Amino acid sequence: MPVLTPVKLIDPVAVLSIGPVHYVILSAVLFCIGLFGVLAKRNAIMVLICIELMLNAVNINLVAFSKYVTPADFIGQIFAIFVITVAAAEVGLGLAIIIAIYRNKVSVNLDDFDLLKW
Amino acid sequence: MIDLIGREIVDVFLSNFWSIGAFYTLALVIVVSGILVVLMKNIVHSVLWLAVCFIGMAGLFLTLDADFLAAVQVLVYAGAVCIMVVLGIMVIRRADMKLSNPFNTQVYAAAGVVALVLAVCTFLAAKTEWLVSRARVPERTVEAIGTLLLSKYVIPFEVVAVLLLVALIGALLIAREVKVNAGSDAGQTD
Repeated sequence: MPVLTPVKLIDPVAVLSIGPVHYVILSAVLFCIGLFGVLAKRNAIMVLICIELMLNAVNINLVAFSKYVTPADFIGQIFAIFVITVAAAEVGLGLAIIIAIYRNKVSVNLDDFDLLKW
Repeated sequence: MIDLIGREIVDVFLSNFWSIGAFYTLALVIVVSGILVVLMKNIVHSVLWLAVCFIGMAGLFLTLDADFLAAVQVLVYAGAVCIMVVLGIMVIRRADMKLSNPFNTQVYAAAGVVALVLAVCTFLAAKTEWLVSRARVPERTVEAIGTLLLSKYVIPFEVVAVLLLVALIGALLIAREVKVNAGSDAGQTD
C-alpha cells in the first residue's frame, strides 16, 4: 500500500517564488470577475466592460507564457497585440450596436433586448 | 526542521524581494479594482476603476519583461477604450446615474458558476507542473516585436489592420442617426 504523503495546501516557498502558476491564477481570478459581471449585470455597457476584463485576463496568460515558456520567440506577446486590436474593434462595434438599439427601444437593459424573440 | 523551512522562506523572500513585492502589489490592485468595477452602483465609477485595473495590468506586463505591451495597454485600454466607453455612457443618458449599474435576477446562479470555474482553474493551475524555459527574455523587445510583426506575422498584421478599418466603418454606419420620415428619398440617411 502506497504511503500517502500529506499534501500541503499552501507551500510558503512556492507562494513566494513567482512563476507561471501565479500569473495563471491571477488571470483566472480576473477572468472570473469578468464572467460574473457578464452573467449578472443588467446594463449592456457593463457587460461590454466585463468582456474587456476577460480579454485582459487572457492577455496576462499569453504574456506570462511568452516569458516563461518561449522567451526569445515573442509568440505570446504578438498574440496579445492581436487580442488588444480585436478587443478595441469589438468595443467600438459593441457600443455602436448598443447606441443603435437604445435609439429604438430607449433602454440599455439587456432583459429588454428581445428583438429576435418570436 | 521548522527552523530550516523558515530560513528557506526568508532566503527566497530576500533574494527576489522586488519581484515578489511588485507581483503581489499589482495583483492586489488588479483584483480589488476588478471587483469594484463589478460592484460599483454608478457605471461611470465602474469605468474609472476599470482604468485603474488596466494600468495595474500594464505594470504587470512590465514585471513580465513586456515593455511594449505595457505601453500599448496604457495607450489603447486606459486611454482609448475607457474614454470611448464613458462617451457611450454619456450618449445614453438616463435620469438617475446613481443607480445606473444594477444586477439582474441571476446573481446567485452566476456566483455559483463563477466559483466553480475559479475553483477548477485554480486547482488545475496549482496541480500542473509547468515546464519553464531557462532562457531569458531579450533586453530589447520592441525591435524584436517590430521585426516579427513585419516579417513572420505580416499577413495577420495586415488582416488585423483591415479588420480595424472595417470595424470603424461598421460602427459609424450602425451608430449613424437614421431619419425616420425621410419621405421620397427613403433610405437616405442623415
